Amino acid sequence: MTLDARIPEGPLAAKWEQHKFNVKLVNPANKRKYDIIVVGTGLAGASAAATLAELGYNVKAFCYQDSARRAHSIAAQGGINAAKNYQNDGDSVYRLFYDTIKGGDYRAREANVYRLAQVSVNIIDQCVAQGVPFAREYGGLLANRSFGGAQVSRTFYARGQTGQQLLLGAYSALNRQIAYGKVKMYPRTEMLDLVMVDGKARGIITRHLITGKIERHSAHAVILATGGYGNVFYLSTNAMGSNTTAIWRAHKKGAYFANPCFTQIHPTCIPVSGEYQSKLTLMSESLRNDGRVWVPKAVGDKRAPQDISEEERDYFLERKYPSFGNLVPRDVASRNAKQACDEGRGVGSTGLAVYLDFADAIQRDGLDKVSQKYGNLFDMYAKITGENPYESPMRIYPAVHYTMGGLWVDYNLMTSIPGLYATGECNFSDHGANRLGASALMQGLADGYFVIPYTIGDYLAQMKTEKVPTDHPAFNQAEQEVVSRVNRFLNTKGTKTVDQYHKELGLLMWDYCGMARNAEGLRFAKQKISELKADFWQNVRVLGANEELNMTLEKAGRVADFIELGELMVDDALHRNESCGGHFREEYQTPENEALRDDENFAYVAAWEYTGDNQPENLHKEALNFENVKLTQRSYK
Amino acid sequence: MNLTLRVWRQKNANSPGQLVTYNANNISPDMSFLEMIDVVNEDLTIKGEDPIAFDHDCREGICGMCSMYINGRAHGPEKGTTTCQLHMRKFNDGETITIEPWRANAFTINKDLSTDRSALDRIQQAGGYISVNTGGVPDANEIPIPKNIADKAFDAATCIQCGACVAACKNASAMLFVSAKVSQLALLPQGKVERKTRVENMLAQHDAEGFGACSNIGSCAAECPVGISLENIAILNREYLGAKLTSENVG
Repeated sequence: MTLDARIPEGPLAAKWEQHKFNVKLVNPANKRKYDIIVVGTGLAGASAAATLAELGYNVKAFCYQDSARRAHSIAAQGGINAAKNYQNDGDSVYRLFYDTIKGGDYRAREANVYRLAQVSVNIIDQCVAQGVPFAREYGGLLANRSFGGAQVSRTFYARGQTGQQLLLGAYSALNRQIAYGKVKMYPRTEMLDLVMVDGKARGIITRHLITGKIERHSAHAVILATGGYGNVFYLSTNAMGSNTTAIWRAHKKGAYFANPCFTQIHPTCIPVSGEYQSKLTLMSESLRNDGRVWVPKAVGDKRAPQDISEEERDYFLERKYPSFGNLVPRDVASRNAKQACDEGRGVGSTGLAVYLDFADAIQRDGLDKVSQKYGNLFDMYAKITGENPYESPMRIYPAVHYTMGGLWVDYNLMTSIPGLYATGECNFSDHGANRLGASALMQGLADGYFVIPYTIGDYLAQMKTEKVPTDHPAFNQAEQEVVSRVNRFLNTKGTKTVDQYHKELGLLMWDYCGMARNAEGLRFAKQKISELKADFWQNVRVLGANEELNMTLEKAGRVADFIELGELMVDDALHRNESCGGHFREEYQTPENEALRDDENFAYVAAWEYTGDNQPENLHKEALNFENVKLTQRSYK
Repeated sequence: MNLTLRVWRQKNANSPGQLVTYNANNISPDMSFLEMIDVVNEDLTIKGEDPIAFDHDCREGICGMCSMYINGRAHGPEKGTTTCQLHMRKFNDGETITIEPWRANAFTINKDLSTDRSALDRIQQAGGYISVNTGGVPDANEIPIPKNIADKAFDAATCIQCGACVAACKNASAMLFVSAKVSQLALLPQGKVERKTRVENMLAQHDAEGFGACSNIGSCAAECPVGISLENIAILNREYLGAKLTSENVG
């Protein structure tokens, strides 16, 4: 079967307009006859739920948190891109499109990325109208700054909490529809399975996290907006609850999983300090505008940073990439930090860190100016590490941040299951192999406010309005599977905790399927994960009952799915015999140790089809055709 | 570090609760408060005892999910900090730490330290938004907003809806929370159209949920992890008075 991405015909710039005209419409009076389920209420989910309800559909929205406002979109710091050209610096839709395609190392679909750039302009208008307090100039107009990978100032921001403010905008739009009764909100509710009727997505099975009640929800279409799966690595910058269960369950029901091994590693994270550590905290990338990255030249030099003289320091990014210096893209900065540590030149007690030094900036601009720019980040660092970054350099290390892989979707954001859509981070679509900064927020809101409300109508208009009753045999069967899985966890009564398995999996994934991989390591990891999986189902210990708040039970289900996803990530990394973006296969590199792409053989989306437990998955390839950009080797020298 | 914890254990909203004592041994000063509880929970699980339930998610101080009363203070002893960003180096070896859930009539206890704060969502649903549909909005730069006003609105918008203000208030009032949203939207030109109905409806919902009245003690602002200012309550009062005393067209 060849994957049909349903990319509209015609010139790039006209595709979306033409497509909006071609899609079938649902009569306003008929919209209220359709029910739509939205799982997840971050930027992609809340914006979709609110907008679909505004249009007149009946929406049921679900989130595992206690409030829709706590989705992990809230933690995004930096900003959101839009091709507004307010700064008159030559920005345009085409330039944003071009930067994004290039930033993704030519592994994203042209048509999707162009549409993203087009609607970026509407996103800012929409958010401002909702009262999102973006940064402004003294004259009252919106302020912009520039972000990694772009040479124009197109990033809109709200101090260091852009994600929080954008999400509050979407959450308020959602609240309005909840108050109108057009959205029924289900917080503290987790989707545990997808219900299929006649080959179409027609509902979900959920568990209420306080009462344990298993419920059935029927709809005409289901939208998954459940975010990324970076917690497969255990330590990541994701919220603790971010998980893969919804998309993994959908995958097992027939939704193809695309580019699972594409994980973005962020270079400026506070390093791991002990085995108890539960999560990693990102420091804004903007720090690299003034901070200088270095390690000692000598292997094993454990002296305090102030005792190491200038001549004994290696400012490796400035040395290797003179034109971009400390501002090289995320994958380049990350890989070089790892390399320095692998050579034994890492700093701090673990040796897994490099210095980010502000001494020169403080000397040049003064303490006040540096503190004005980065004060809140310095405070955060001091709070977490107990060290004063004004006096000694920060220590940073790369960390898992964002997953570019996800469910395969066509141009309409529909997965390979009719009636099942995936939006935001949980789909694979717009970022290619190495997402740029400030583009994730853009995609979440583009999908939710401006894409899915148009494209889902095309599907609904072609189906009957009859509802599937929740006593349909497909619901019985799906619920039965969920209940027996829950019981299996509770009855295993093993000796190892869920967290022990999660940590073990995470370490395997990080060591062998992280920033740098090779075939031998991936094969080793594959074997180890398979053993871990067998052991998990024999020896996991979940106490308590289903009919109560049971956080261990919640975690057990999520970790079981992470283990299976981990296997697929390893397979995907193993089959891609090239290095692209942050996905560095050590066998494929240039003489200067840079990523070596193979456009001849790998300019495609790898979409995996589930074929049964413990069976190898089928690989489907969606060829990526570049008609508007020329594929070039990225260089930041 | 070795610590003694006195933790509120309560099976669900309908069962009585009590403080139970646990030992937390070999605690690193670099751990966050929640990581310390993680470690205790791993021990409990191995021993076959029910781990302590608590709410948490981003662990970066921004999602507002974590909520604990530590030694009699919302989010613990450090000023301007959520529980997830509180670190064990703020405590002393051998110390006894008492950990309780948020206590307020409007927040019921789910289990142990986890409470139901959905009342805050319902207050937002009563009017904490601008009525604008997706699409068809004016260009973002068509309505300039002076920087000082935008900054002030932003300061109010930083509320993370954690409920510490309620927990800290002797009347269990959520007035600081309501005032943050009311002033953010009342300050912005986009929010002025609905300012009268907004403040009336949000306050009516606040009272209906069982939150107490504000008596201007200020413990809410003192314990707020993101520094929401009491000035917002002054703005709220002015908005409310304006709504009550004037016609639809509040000046």
